[in-house]
Amino acid sequence: MDADCSPVGLYFWPVVAVVTCIKLLLMPTYRSTDFEVHRNWLAITHSLPESKWYYDETSEWTLDYPPFFAWFECALSYGAELFDPAMLIVDNLNYASKGTILFQRLSVIGADLVFICAVKEFCSTLPGKKNKNEDLLSQPAFTLTLLLIGNFGLLIVDHIHFQYNGFLFGIMILSITRITQGRNLDGALWFAILLNFKHIYLYIAPAYFIYLLRCYCFTQANRDGSVRWSSLSLGRLVMLGSIVIAVFAVSFGPFIYMGQLEQILSRLFPFKRGLCHAYWAPNFWALYNVVDKALSTAGSRFGVISVNASTASMTGGLVQEFDHTVLPSIPPVITLICTVLSIMPAVYNIWRYPRGPKSFLRCLTLCAYGSFIFGWHVHEKAVLLVIIPLCLRKQAQVYILLSTVGHYSLFPLIFTSAETPIKVCLMMMYCILTFMCLGSLYRTTKKNSMVSILPRLQKLYLLGFIHLYIICEILLPLMPFTKKYEFIPLMLTSVYCAIGVLWSWLQLYRITLSDTTKLQVKQD
Amino acid sequence: MPDKYGNVLRFRLPTTHCLPQLADRINPEWVELHKSRGIETYAHKLYMRSTVLVADLLIYIPAVVLYCYITLKDKTPSYRLLSSAVILLYPGLMLIDHGHFQYNCISLGLTLWAIIGMLSGRELLGSMAFVLALNYKQMELYHALPFFCFLFGRCVQLEKKAGLWKLIKIGCVVIVTFLLCWLPFLGDFNLASQVLHRLFPFSRGLFEDKVANFWCSLSVVVKLKNIFTQQSWVFMTFYFTMIFHFPSCIHLLFKPSTENFKAALVNSSLIFFLFSYQVHEKSILLPALSVCLLLPRKPFFCLWFLIMSTFSMLPLLIKDGLVLPYTVTMLLFLITTCYVMDTNTWKLAVFENPPTEILKSVMTFSSAGFIQAWFYVCLIEIGILSWLSVFKAPPPKYPDLWPVIISVFCCLHFLAFLVYFHIEQFFGEHCETLKAKGTKSD
Repeated sequence: MDADCSPVGLYFWPVVAVVTCIKLLLMPTYRSTDFEVHRNWLAITHSLPESKWYYDETSEWTLDYPPFFAWFECALSYGAELFDPAMLIVDNLNYASKGTILFQRLSVIGADLVFICAVKEFCSTLPGKKNKNEDLLSQPAFTLTLLLIGNFGLLIVDHIHFQYNGFLFGIMILSITRITQGRNLDGALWFAILLNFKHIYLYIAPAYFIYLLRCYCFTQANRDGSVRWSSLSLGRLVMLGSIVIAVFAVSFGPFIYMGQLEQILSRLFPFKRGLCHAYWAPNFWALYNVVDKALSTAGSRFGVISVNASTASMTGGLVQEFDHTVLPSIPPVITLICTVLSIMPAVYNIWRYPRGPKSFLRCLTLCAYGSFIFGWHVHEKAVLLVIIPLCLRKQAQVYILLSTVGHYSLFPLIFTSAETPIKVCLMMMYCILTFMCLGSLYRTTKKNSMVSILPRLQKLYLLGFIHLYIICEILLPLMPFTKKYEFIPLMLTSVYCAIGVLWSWLQLYRITLSDTTKLQVKQD
Repeated sequence: MPDKYGNVLRFRLPTTHCLPQLADRINPEWVELHKSRGIETYAHKLYMRSTVLVADLLIYIPAVVLYCYITLKDKTPSYRLLSSAVILLYPGLMLIDHGHFQYNCISLGLTLWAIIGMLSGRELLGSMAFVLALNYKQMELYHALPFFCFLFGRCVQLEKKAGLWKLIKIGCVVIVTFLLCWLPFLGDFNLASQVLHRLFPFSRGLFEDKVANFWCSLSVVVKLKNIFTQQSWVFMTFYFTMIFHFPSCIHLLFKPSTENFKAALVNSSLIFFLFSYQVHEKSILLPALSVCLLLPRKPFFCLWFLIMSTFSMLPLLIKDGLVLPYTVTMLLFLITTCYVMDTNTWKLAVFENPPTEILKSVMTFSSAGFIQAWFYVCLIEIGILSWLSVFKAPPPKYPDLWPVIISVFCCLHFLAFLVYFHIEQFFGEHCETLKAKGTKSD
């Protein structure tokens, strides 16, 4: 391909270099307990034989990712040896020497190379420049590069909080790219590998399953677009199945051989946790909790119900579990049913009206949405699982709303005062970039301002975040009575964000379903 | 870190009198004169750091943005914004202010406001801002001569009466601002002389540590400190500094154009840095600021100079544990400058169209390709020397080996830059005059 017309322009590597520099600068910042989690895993995988990996309980942070991730840590540990061998001793709990920090931070930055390559791969599937003099901002590939590689959430979660999400999302994007290119088997292979790195991606597995079954295994459709049952290609089904099974066999096989499957599964899926994480992720259950709280407060004030002190003192979820006082408590099964119900329309849609890779990406995003909103014990970090695939799609309005809301909801992750300016500045930069890039891509006329692609109500809602920040981080901590109610800022944040997440979800559903009706009208 | 106590002892700075008072509100322990030495709690650090950040936000950053806005009128708005971003990314100032901890952004910011005043024709406000900068940090004397020559030259150019009247007005503004700043110390002669004494510590040595200036580099070969007494060194350095100032200052005096003014600022502060008495390595920030102002027009040489200037402070940065930020900000600056500044101009625009015959003959002597190659060699050398001084211990016989090499290496380059910026001032064809010609012919 001619270098001038290729969609991945000359800007790509400078953008990567600048973002990498920012990542390097974040090295000395605050790091959460996840840093120790990964140090411990390095130590376990390096010093113990495989048979003991999933049994070791020296640290409270036991290994609870699938085997590929354990192997990944094992591979990293050989590099770690060069920096500081002491970090590889299992009993060296909370060990954080300079060499350890340097190595772990660098390993995240290095692993991000997978993400960067995946983004490059995806961008090369986009339409390139139409003419040579086209403005950078009007090229979709440039916008995508900027928004993905400089993603605020990934910077915060990976490079301050400490995790390896960039690397994992890289594999996800690679798999999505392969499917959009029509290389379904490659896509399935990468996704199976991804699942064996981190099982949270099971959330989006329904989209893969249905799409591959419908569009790869069934080769023909009836005239109205519904599936022709007789066209099932057994050969393709077997191919697909054997690829997936082979990957799982490589990953879990040795452990099954050692008879440890049950132990691993109990590590991977701990159902002992509560409905919501310590800090409520901005989802449906956050709203549910607040309604319950409000009802119980109101009820006890008017004397309708008697609330004993222990259940009422809900400290914003500092305790892992609490019982709802007025509304019924939620068992895991209910969340599962809600999740399945919430993704049903999306899955049915792709089954009934498959329109190639575009509808696949749409279904995948909706699956991620559904499990984030209704899932059991969802972490606030899981919002990235929605934001990143949504970024790949051409839904500027929904993306602006969700990325602002979702990224803001990550603020409580970084609570130290030295990092506050960093997170606020990075967030503002990312918002400005999002508005600028998407604004210039999608505005209808030249004169339109950048935010004009948003409806008025949404603009007001987004402006509300500035007030929310001032109230939660500045005004409330200054008030004398808030010592008693430390959870109020967190609760306000997660409720306000939950509204935005649900709103953007409904918006996306509306767009998806209305597109389908349009299609139906066309066919008639 | 002298500025750690600066908050307590900074009585010389009436302009920042409010800072300790604010600290007093938050936690009175921080400002108790003798007890507060060495306090370094998390909250106190955070407070001190945020004061620099706020000063930066209030004074330096708006000045840079405004400067780019008014001087790059012929470029697109996004280019103006991007070039101000590049100037703000200059690693030297960032590392010293926010890493080493100093308040240079205030004095440099005020100077920049003064320069903006001069360039936009508001000479009275400009001179007031410069006097404030001077009273904030006496180091701003490095920039004083071009200001004087520029203003004086402008006044002389005017009609006799108007010129005299303007001169009187400027003089009054300067004197009144000075008086206001010194008001608290004027009542007592002893106090005032004590303040002066602290400002100009002639009793200290010719240079401190290893500085990339002329005397320090020369003393590698000749033991200068033994040749003359300290007293005579004060006069020697003063004499040399003044002599070297003549060309650029006289030129500015007779041709007080804004472009000449900017070039003279570079020349004057660089001469001060290279030849004056008692120079700190951090003083390179003063010439660096003036070079930053030329960066959007002459990206290649300015980028080169700015990188060298940051590199010259490396031993200090290593002492402060700022190796990682140093490396990263240098790379960031290099990448962004190369990318933002028009790639055509950054490939040695000066050499493609040599403006005058004299320059042309100089150019044939040292071809553009040679200089460009030298730039890359220089970058590699910077990389190697940085790596050596961070990771390799010097031979025990010469414990100062790396700092000495760095300072001599940088000094030689600074001398070459001095020549270049003089050529630029004398012969460089300036955009301003070009534009003026263009509009006239229209």
